[in-house]
Amino acid sequence: MYGEAFFFWVFALVLTASALAVIFARNPVHSVLFLILAFVNAAGLFLLLGAEFLAMILVVVYVGAVAVLFLFVVMMLDVDFVELRQGFVRYLPIGLLIALIVMLELGSVAYDWAVSPVAARAASPAGSVSNTVALGRVLYTQYAYFFQAAGLVLLTAMIGAIVLTLHHKVGVKRQDVAVQVGRAREAAVEMRKVASRAGI
Amino acid sequence: MVEAIVLLPLIGFLIAGALGPWIGARNCELVTTGLLAVACFFGWIVFFQVAASEVHYYVVPFTNWFTVGKLAVPWAFRVDALTGVMLVVVTTVSFLVHLYSIGYMAEDPGRPRFFSYLSLFTFAMLMLATADNLVQLFFGWEGVGLASYLLIGFWYERPSANAAAVKAFIVNRIGDFGFALGIFLTFQLVGSVSFDSIFAAAPALAGKPIHIFGADWDAVTLACLLLFMGAMGKSAQFLLHTWLPDAMEGPTPVSALIHAATMVTAGVFMVARLSPLFEQSPAALNVVMIVGATTAFFAATVGLVQNDIKRVIAYSTCSQLGYMFVGLGAGGYSLGIFHLFTHAFFKALLFLGAGSVIQAMHHEQDMRRMGGLKDEIPFTFWMMVIGTLALTGVGLPFTSLGFAGYVSKDAIIEATYASTRGAASYAFLCVVVAAAFTSFYSWRLVFMTFFGHRGDWAASLPHVAHDDHGHGDAHGDHPAHESPNVMLIPLAALAVGAAFAGMIFKSWFIGGGVEWFWKGAVAIGGDNKLLENMEHVPWLVSLMPTIMMLGGLGLAYSMYVVDKSLPAKLADANPLLYRFLLNKWYFDEIYDFLFVRPAFWIGRLFWKGGDGAIIDGLGPDGVSARVLDVTRGAIRLQSGYIYHYAFAMLLGVAVFVTWYLFQGVAR
Amino acid sequence: MVVSLPHYVTLAAIVFTIGVAGIILNHKNIIIILMSVELILLAVNINLVAFSAYSRDLTGQVFALMILTVAAAEAAIGLAILVAFYRNRASIAVEDINSLKG
Repeated sequence: MYGEAFFFWVFALVLTASALAVIFARNPVHSVLFLILAFVNAAGLFLLLGAEFLAMILVVVYVGAVAVLFLFVVMMLDVDFVELRQGFVRYLPIGLLIALIVMLELGSVAYDWAVSPVAARAASPAGSVSNTVALGRVLYTQYAYFFQAAGLVLLTAMIGAIVLTLHHKVGVKRQDVAVQVGRAREAAVEMRKVASRAGI
Repeated sequence: MVEAIVLLPLIGFLIAGALGPWIGARNCELVTTGLLAVACFFGWIVFFQVAASEVHYYVVPFTNWFTVGKLAVPWAFRVDALTGVMLVVVTTVSFLVHLYSIGYMAEDPGRPRFFSYLSLFTFAMLMLATADNLVQLFFGWEGVGLASYLLIGFWYERPSANAAAVKAFIVNRIGDFGFALGIFLTFQLVGSVSFDSIFAAAPALAGKPIHIFGADWDAVTLACLLLFMGAMGKSAQFLLHTWLPDAMEGPTPVSALIHAATMVTAGVFMVARLSPLFEQSPAALNVVMIVGATTAFFAATVGLVQNDIKRVIAYSTCSQLGYMFVGLGAGGYSLGIFHLFTHAFFKALLFLGAGSVIQAMHHEQDMRRMGGLKDEIPFTFWMMVIGTLALTGVGLPFTSLGFAGYVSKDAIIEATYASTRGAASYAFLCVVVAAAFTSFYSWRLVFMTFFGHRGDWAASLPHVAHDDHGHGDAHGDHPAHESPNVMLIPLAALAVGAAFAGMIFKSWFIGGGVEWFWKGAVAIGGDNKLLENMEHVPWLVSLMPTIMMLGGLGLAYSMYVVDKSLPAKLADANPLLYRFLLNKWYFDEIYDFLFVRPAFWIGRLFWKGGDGAIIDGLGPDGVSARVLDVTRGAIRLQSGYIYHYAFAMLLGVAVFVTWYLFQGVAR
Repeated sequence: MVVSLPHYVTLAAIVFTIGVAGIILNHKNIIIILMSVELILLAVNINLVAFSAYSRDLTGQVFALMILTVAAAEAAIGLAILVAFYRNRASIAVEDINSLKG
């Protein structure tokens, strides 16, 4: 228990700090790296909560794919970031104000909400399955449709990304399957009468 | 047969109007003129038939127009002596004008349209004349107004012609407004618009009061006055006369047909037709007489100084119409109609003759550029002389021998003397003086146009720029040549009428055969002793018209043949009077100030202020402008910057959360 | 001290507001905006998983999985758009991206 509280505070503080660093960092690469740190800490928090599958997925997908994608883009685009910081100071007061308001409201909701006594975290009963198995049991039966929908979302995103960014380089030879399949005999084959031993 | 008379011109109108472009102009002319020749022939037959018949009148029903509750308006032809006279006048003059127009309008590209309009007019006029009820008469009334508008504005590319056509229509409208009110009042009093019912009910209505606008009026007088208002407009009487001179913008055959012989006489005809009703209201008849006499005097004074040949004749028409109304007002309905009959002949003759002169002078209408034409176009000259002799009333005093105008006009003058109406002495003075003026300006026209030499009067022309000088001289150098026969034959026919119609028909209209001819078609006899009293006027009164005529002739001769400088000297000596007369007593200017400008002002107020600012402003324009305002504001939300949108979303989230926090979500 | 639900919820709230502030403050920098959105989504995930754990219901975790999926897809598309845009304009200065201006 004690250890749990300790880890919680560690993870929480680092998460908060790195989140702040994401938005305040000057160098966008630093921002991305701090984002990765935030994700990792969040994964740790998930582990504390007993959702190990989700924690690992967080690391694999978010850190491994999304954050790396961010990094790619940040490094690829040659942007002058200095001038992008110019609006920063002007919007500082109002940004902080709104953030403050939102936070206070969320906080008040959190503390006003009557927490049921059972809400203290109980140990998982013995003989229960691991988190992954339990998730699997639920995901492919009760929430099968949502699962499929999520798959469709990913499919759409993939197609979208390809459509947006794919452009054929001029002069590069490639296959066009439709043309290949649609080839007719007249265009492909030419019959020649060749005399024996004469060649074409 | 009377159906044929009325419907043949309608057929001519339809053929020429609808099929004009396909059958060609020459065929249009032939078809319409031919149909009218047949109608004219039938018209004379009906005239003599009615004269010889024992029956007072007969009605030929044609069809039912409409019936609404108590109001039944059939389309029926009433044929009596009055109708017979009108049929003869209308069809004869119309046929001759059609014939004349073949020559006069020979070079005009719109000939099918012209002939169709002429036939339309004839149809409407015949409807008016054969009407058996007030609404049918009103239909014909409006129809001739329409045809007049179409024909005055025939050369519609000229803005002055369009303006004149609109002016004629509008001034007529004012009269028609009174006429319509008269019809309504008559229907109210009698319960029917059919002439039979009205004539039967008329004696009982005399002296009955009617309560309108909080005051008691004599019903019959009011009805007659309202109906007469229509006549004032249609017949260009004093105050509603302004359209007639401007109507000369139309081609000359139009002026001859419509503004001399037929349409303008519709008012006279209407009063005569409703004579049983008018007889019940001496007050209305007094008004008729006063208005007629004033018109006769007024128009004659203006005609003294006009320089356009057609305008002189137009004012002469106006003046002679005044004579007709004086005759009607005095109680001599047959006198008025007789003058209508003879006037049709000689006035149409004068107009067509003037058209011949204009044609010869290559469309020059200003008399000051004319002169010496009697040797160049002798036939036209003699025709005009006959017409002038008829108009001025040349004849042997104390006999019935004389040109047409002598018989009819002098009869009116005698009747005015003999009349016992209150306004008779005023009317007598006016018509006698007008007779002198008539003679003067008629002979002035003849002398200026036909005598002397071209350019005699050029000095009095308004000064023009020097490059026009050569043009004017070129005009004068062209010798005038006589018109083609197709134009001269109608002149000859009308001249015969102008010369002999008075003598031939006098006894039927106003002499011994009066009762036999009219058979109660107009109110003669009974209490109306006018025709008898006429026989007993002093010899001086009988001689007076001839004296006036000779005086006018002499004065015109001395001023326009003997000493040609006199007119200019006289004009210079009395500049104000000259200009007053030349500008038609400034009526156009007065009406412009009193009515036209306020009307335009009101119109502009309603248009710009009412329609534009208020209705459009509150309605479509206003709504669209406000929509634009709102959208212009709303547009500012769409800055195009995504971070603004994101910001807006966050703001929205914060607002929602705050709202639900404090309000609570409904359970 | 026992770490209970409010702690997690508060943490999520804080991360959420940091994300919101990040959008407002860095409105000119698209990449930072996208990263702030990821932070917001992360906060929501923390919330969901916390509730799921404390009420012993796996629904929260399933939903967090879905959100993960969507977040990944959205990040991919967002960056693809950015790349395509950069290719056309050679700049990701947000103030230049106002073609949708009304």
